[in-house]
Amino acid sequence: MQKIGVFVCWCGSNIAGTVDVEAVAEAMKTVPGVVFSTHYQYMCSAAGQKLIADAIHEHHLDGIVVASCSPRMHENTFRKTAEAAGLNPYMVEIANIREQCSWIHKDKEEGTAKAIVLAKAAVAKLLHNKPLTAGTSAVTKRCLVIGGGIAGIQTALDVADAGYEVDIVEQRPTIGGRMAQLDKTFPTLDCSACILTPKMVEAAQNEKINIISYAKVEKVDGFVGNFRATIRKKARCVDETKCTGCSLYMNKCPSKKGKDEFNMEMNNRPAIYIPFAQAIPNVAVIDPEQCVKLKTGKCGLCQKVCTAGAIDYTQQDELMEREYGAIVVATGFKPIDPSPLNEYGYAENADVITSLELERLMNAAGPTKGTLLRPSDLKHPHEIVFIQCVGSRCDENTKRGKPYCSKICCMYTAKHAMLIRDKYPDTKVHVFYIDVRTPGKNFDEFYRRAVEQYGVDYIKGMVGKVAREGDKLMVRGSDLISNQQVEIAADLVVLATAIEPDPSARSIGTMLTASMDTNDFFTEAHAKLRPVESPTAGIFLSGVAQGPKDVPETVAQASAAAAKVIGLLAKDHLVTNPCVAGSDELLCNGCSQCEKVCPYGAITYVDKEVRGPGVREVRRVAQVNPAVCQGCGACTVTCPSGAMDLKGFTNQQIMAEVDAICL
Amino acid sequence: MENSVKFLTETVLRISGVDPRKCMKCGKCSGTCPNYDAMEYHPHQFVSMVEKGQIEKLMNSDSIYLCLGCMACVERCPRNVAPGKLVGAVAQLKLRQQDMNRKGGNDVAAFADEIVPQQLLMAAMRKYRK
Repeated sequence: MQKIGVFVCWCGSNIAGTVDVEAVAEAMKTVPGVVFSTHYQYMCSAAGQKLIADAIHEHHLDGIVVASCSPRMHENTFRKTAEAAGLNPYMVEIANIREQCSWIHKDKEEGTAKAIVLAKAAVAKLLHNKPLTAGTSAVTKRCLVIGGGIAGIQTALDVADAGYEVDIVEQRPTIGGRMAQLDKTFPTLDCSACILTPKMVEAAQNEKINIISYAKVEKVDGFVGNFRATIRKKARCVDETKCTGCSLYMNKCPSKKGKDEFNMEMNNRPAIYIPFAQAIPNVAVIDPEQCVKLKTGKCGLCQKVCTAGAIDYTQQDELMEREYGAIVVATGFKPIDPSPLNEYGYAENADVITSLELERLMNAAGPTKGTLLRPSDLKHPHEIVFIQCVGSRCDENTKRGKPYCSKICCMYTAKHAMLIRDKYPDTKVHVFYIDVRTPGKNFDEFYRRAVEQYGVDYIKGMVGKVAREGDKLMVRGSDLISNQQVEIAADLVVLATAIEPDPSARSIGTMLTASMDTNDFFTEAHAKLRPVESPTAGIFLSGVAQGPKDVPETVAQASAAAAKVIGLLAKDHLVTNPCVAGSDELLCNGCSQCEKVCPYGAITYVDKEVRGPGVREVRRVAQVNPAVCQGCGACTVTCPSGAMDLKGFTNQQIMAEVDAICL
Repeated sequence: MENSVKFLTETVLRISGVDPRKCMKCGKCSGTCPNYDAMEYHPHQFVSMVEKGQIEKLMNSDSIYLCLGCMACVERCPRNVAPGKLVGAVAQLKLRQQDMNRKGGNDVAAFADEIVPQQLLMAAMRKYRK
């Protein structure tokens, strides 16, 4: 018979307020197997842990039950306490009498009765526990960063700085991401490219960083410390090693119908192009949709002018397999398409633009070379209306937009309004807003400057309709403060569109088995305490992929993710979870059901000679790779013959718990 | 018929199926209303006044007859509040109290000056014809 100790925690009044902890400790004394039972105010405190260690020594306990908070909180604490006192750490069971009992009950009698039942179930399970020993697995000391925007670049720089190799996989032909498209940054109004491009160059020059542009991650196998990724490097039709980035082809290419993605498709570009002057790598790319040579076989002009001989129309996609210890998701965002919100007339009127389009219109490298001209007739706009919260903060049932606040729009709209008033003082600027949200260092001061110093007209209310009348856009909205409906004849309307995760995020999340919320933002392991880690071990989150944020927040999170990556890669070995599945070869009928449900690819089938009482034959049986198994238990519930079992959570243990509760 | 604030508010909420607490006070409904200037109380005020229980004020205002029933506010509300349904519900509540000043088809015609859109007359005939 085992000797079990039970330790009931008060958790101050968290548990003791609704559960009679003394009664629980007393009741547990009569349970078979229990030789010691007590209660204490804070079992997780140093004094509480000492109480447990002393009891283990004094009563020669070979298993303990701690009735306390959720195992997510302190299971590790108590396992370490037990281990230090000479017990196997897996001979510790937690009865969750806080989250699953005291916090959800009001009646003390009921709460106490339930706490006793939960503690009895834990004892029943513990009676079937076997000591388990954690194994170790090696760590591949290389990091994969998916996405080469400011988030990915910062994470890569920090990880490389610690001496580890980093691969940045970027889907576009250049790194730089959304920040490269911005003209100025708030609240200091410094030029975005001027602060971003040095970082891009730094990443390119860092010998530990390998930039794989125009590529995407196609497949990821493995587990923390041992990922294997398949990366498809799309055919550029330009040899990266030869191209000098000379741009001689620009005027030669007869195809001029490609939409310039970097300038938000407001102008055309040739079929062969470099997205922008400071692109990294500074290597041209041929758009296969637009290239006359690739479509018809006739042309080849760019090849003729290329003095470096870099053009290769026969280039094929390249698949590469690389191993990584950690993966960082930095997939970023895109603005939503405001066309479905038809009251703003975005689809019908060229002069209704999004804020990101305005960034390009104001940028010296943009389609108007930095002069603010409206798209329809290239005239200078004299009256501009900004509309905030376009597609943000919508009720989920309306299907009109996103339920969240996009966070950055208030500040960039104030920035735009201020820059326009500064550069073109003859321009009237109105901003329709619901709330102006400026939590951030020097943010509210910035917004107030737009109002007080630059005379931007902020109108509390939303716009109901934008309609063209002649060469004006009639903007009708409400001014709630003066209780009036207002109509403004504007030359240009700028929509502060909501931002949403990049469309690639969903498939990457599925590939990595990293959880996402309903809006396709990646979920963090703990909203407060583990904000840069995915719940999936070895996956880290950087930038807007996790939720809307501005540049400084993105950089902060990117460095935080890097710190976590460095912490992982600095280890030579990882301790693996011993609670993994195992198959009983005598019971396995080789049906392959478990292999199909395993989300980690941990199960394979082998032909093996099986020996047992009255059995000696070669059978096809399941085998679990304990290094890959994450102990989710999907196989154990799928197995029709009961051959699969999960260590630490065996069918027998679970049935014992159920019996203790129900019988 | 009972006329307590509680009764009136609950009735309006029940008839309309609207939850005014969902409103984020953006004013888009009033920004989009084609008959805004004619109405004493504007669509966004219907929402906040119903929430505050000021139903009688709304019932005694001509605003309930001036709503065109175009449903632009319902269509465009980002929070799914549907102010137009509240206007309709208050009008219906008024209508149910037969002994009070219910407008008949002829009274509506008296509204017919040039500032009143045709659509209003059509909506009114639909709503209040015997």
